[in-house]
Amino acid sequence: MLRFIGRRLLQAMFVLLIISVISFMIQDKLGDPVQQMVGQSVPQQDRLALQQDLGLNDPLLVQYGRFLGRALQGDLGTSYYYKEATLDIILSRLPATLELSFSALVLVILLATPLGVVAAIHPKSLLSRAILIFSTLGLSVPIFIVAVFLMYFFAIEWRLLPSFGRGETTWVMGLWQSGLFNKDGLLHLLLPSFSLAFVLTPMFIRLIRAEMIDALQSEYIRYAWSKGISASRIYFVHALKNTMLPVITVAGIQVGTLVAYTILTESIFQWPGMGLLFMEAVTRVDVPLISAYLMVVGVIFVVTNTVVDLVYSLVNPRVRLPGYGS
Amino acid sequence: MNIWHRPQGVAEHTTRVRHVLSAMRGDKLALFALCIFALYCLVALLAPLLAPYDVNSVDFMDLENAELAPYWQTGDGRFLLGTDTQGRDLLSVILYGTRLSLTIGVCAVLIQLLMGGTIGLLSGYIGGRLDAFLMRAADIQLSFSTMMVAIVVLAVFQTLFGNAVYQQLAMLMLILVLGIAEWPIFARIIRACVFAEKDKEYVDAARVLGVSKVRIMLRHILPNTVSPILVILTIQIANAIVAEAALSFLGLGMPPAQPSLGALISSGFNYLFSGAWWISVFPSMTLILLIFVMNLLGDWLRDHLNPQAAGG
Amino acid sequence: MSLLSVNGLSVKFKRRNGDLTALHEVSFSLDRGERLAIVGESGAGKSILGYALVNLLSKPGYIAAGSVQLAGQELTQLNAKQWQGVRGKRIAMIFQDPMITLNPVLSIGDQMVEAIRSHTRIAYKDARKLAIEKLAHVRIAAPVQRFDQYPHELSGGMRQRVIIAIALLLNPEIIIADEPTTALDVTIQAEILQLLKQICLDNGVALILITHDFGVVSRIAERTLVMYAGRIVEQGPTLEIINDPQHPYTQGLLNALPQMALPGQRLNQIQGSMPPLSEHPGGCAFHPRCPYAQDKCREKVPGFVYSGVSTVACYVVEDMLAEFAQYDEEDLDV
Repeated sequence: MLRFIGRRLLQAMFVLLIISVISFMIQDKLGDPVQQMVGQSVPQQDRLALQQDLGLNDPLLVQYGRFLGRALQGDLGTSYYYKEATLDIILSRLPATLELSFSALVLVILLATPLGVVAAIHPKSLLSRAILIFSTLGLSVPIFIVAVFLMYFFAIEWRLLPSFGRGETTWVMGLWQSGLFNKDGLLHLLLPSFSLAFVLTPMFIRLIRAEMIDALQSEYIRYAWSKGISASRIYFVHALKNTMLPVITVAGIQVGTLVAYTILTESIFQWPGMGLLFMEAVTRVDVPLISAYLMVVGVIFVVTNTVVDLVYSLVNPRVRLPGYGS
Repeated sequence: MNIWHRPQGVAEHTTRVRHVLSAMRGDKLALFALCIFALYCLVALLAPLLAPYDVNSVDFMDLENAELAPYWQTGDGRFLLGTDTQGRDLLSVILYGTRLSLTIGVCAVLIQLLMGGTIGLLSGYIGGRLDAFLMRAADIQLSFSTMMVAIVVLAVFQTLFGNAVYQQLAMLMLILVLGIAEWPIFARIIRACVFAEKDKEYVDAARVLGVSKVRIMLRHILPNTVSPILVILTIQIANAIVAEAALSFLGLGMPPAQPSLGALISSGFNYLFSGAWWISVFPSMTLILLIFVMNLLGDWLRDHLNPQAAGG
Repeated sequence: MSLLSVNGLSVKFKRRNGDLTALHEVSFSLDRGERLAIVGESGAGKSILGYALVNLLSKPGYIAAGSVQLAGQELTQLNAKQWQGVRGKRIAMIFQDPMITLNPVLSIGDQMVEAIRSHTRIAYKDARKLAIEKLAHVRIAAPVQRFDQYPHELSGGMRQRVIIAIALLLNPEIIIADEPTTALDVTIQAEILQLLKQICLDNGVALILITHDFGVVSRIAERTLVMYAGRIVEQGPTLEIINDPQHPYTQGLLNALPQMALPGQRLNQIQGSMPPLSEHPGGCAFHPRCPYAQDKCREKVPGFVYSGVSTVACYVVEDMLAEFAQYDEEDLDV
């Protein structure tokens, strides 16, 4: 077990190292700090001197070491556009993205669990087939189409909901600015989180259904029937409890997909989160911000993945994870 | 045992394919999906012949005709589905866009297959440390979602090359990124097949007789990987097409001058709110239907070709 | 009246081109407190019979004909709700592999208490007390601690004890045990069997023991029922059958026991193997493997005759009996 944790942590460090190398290369190859600092009009000689001063003529490895050292102290560079520390900018946008993702995930769980369970109990019934076909259909509609048409109908045609932005926000315990605690913020949250949930729900319906069908065929379910306990207890306690563990793991591993989907959703609804920030940085060629975004997302990503893996192996000692003991 | 026999897998596989075809005749939904998909492929192949206008001709773009509504609203017989913002016939653009989307999807998956196949065969056949290392790498690669990788890589390349150069390289870049990012899917499946087959008697027998490793892999093991590959092939192509569309939507994919379905939809969105709904609605429907039938086909193939899923 | 009486029970599996018959008109009865063994190779339909009795056949399987009566009540007509009242409460089951029988994510206690509380209205506290009592009854050490543990913390033998304790929770009339020791270590098998026999004696529970192992049968069951390819071929008192097996298949099974071979000698396996469900031969299903097979064995299924030792379905025995009867008559003539 300890060996497994050790390996898993080592792997996480390794991935982070690779991400940092990529971030460094982006900043090194794309960014021209001298030009940013002094502009075009400064004579060539001064530029060269400045380059020397900034250590840009040092060997690459030395520069990378410096980059890594600064990164470890939380200094990921300064944004060209905002003229502020990139990490601060990204962190100030983090709550918006987190709130969007979490409310979407809550919606997904509320929708996908009952539908997935129903579709698993009688897999051949008309209702299950309908659920399955609709989930396939839902899976086939790209998220940006969903988002734009939701926005078109609800915000433009029917004028029921706000079309973009985050609306009013309030400070929660002085920690972060939240849109969850007032009506305006919640109204703004509806369309983006529904769009996000719309594309994730079919995926989870199918996952829950498949895992549930597996669970229902197992020996312990037949045994549970032989004890004469009620059908609802068998479905919702015996089978569902066994289903949720793999489902939660998959959910944990899907952080990458979620990041990609939030980039799309945020840029459509002008949701002021990290995804929108990243796309703006791309159009503005704000190299330090791009590189910092990569680092931050990389860290979030590696941490979630590692934690999910570790928790899974702790909660469920029956499983042999790949790489464990092999 | 007679090792001069054709490997068992081949016979097994042909009967399985026949079984699948006969089962498909009984399933109306699957048959419907197959027909529509075949239609799409045909349209993609014959786009230059079918399209009412030649998209490459100089006078195809005519701003005087910009944003014309579909035929049944205007009565203008020249443009069945209306025109886009640059006065291009929407039907022609959609036909070419479908061709482009499918091409990108298929090429990307071919790269996945080639890369994944090679790595999977090596990993499975050689085994040991190489296998452990490659599969670890596959895990890591897969844990980053393809969309995330593609967005980041393409965004970086766009900043690196600048917009003008990037637009010319867009198609190549899309194919490469979507192709390379998903190699582990095929690698894992092919590796699993190799593991399953490698210890069977006929492979041992062939090895004892001194048949070379490469030959064993190509002649004896590869045929057995056909059906599992078929199962994920359609889904992978569908995923690649959706990914391409999403990237184009973000402005990281195909340029407006050479639009795929995704780029078309994206350019149409800006005019959706001013009433020119057709520019985005028709390409959207085209894309959704294509992905839907491919997903249906993929599901269906998985249920009928994959013995493990047969129970479910 | 016997506790359980099964009459002409047939089980089929639904298939697109013609259903497959897994059980052919099985009939037998079981008295209160009696211990009955059902013996046969794997594929004989023993387990299917066990599941059919409590209506837990897996999907394409269904009861095609026949009746199962528990103390005069017809079971095959019950609805789902009524079945719930029978399973666990009146007929309890013990499954083959304790490693996969208990739900891995629920504690032992949860799985015991839920069984009690779905049949009787009692407080959690009392259910817990009862559960711990039963754990102690099956000789599990530290039952209070075990109550809160999860299945993976227990060994296979321990889990099977827990399952026996669960079977006992509601004082059922019948326990059906499907190969309860097959998946266990040889060293624990005897212990579990002894326990099973003891609790049946203690509580007056009738036992249906499904097994492939005559060695197990002799230690537990009073009566034995031998099955081949979905049919009963011989039934009678265990001791008599072991001493004087009538059906060639029973003889083959007994001969194959390791105890029957001399040291250094090969085991006397029956030639061939049980045909799969779809390839049951006509006539007596055993004829392709039977050393005494005659033409009529291939044509028609033999009926049951009482041999004086057991009830057997075999033409060879039938002929022999007829011959004896003839001798008897001749003796009388003389």
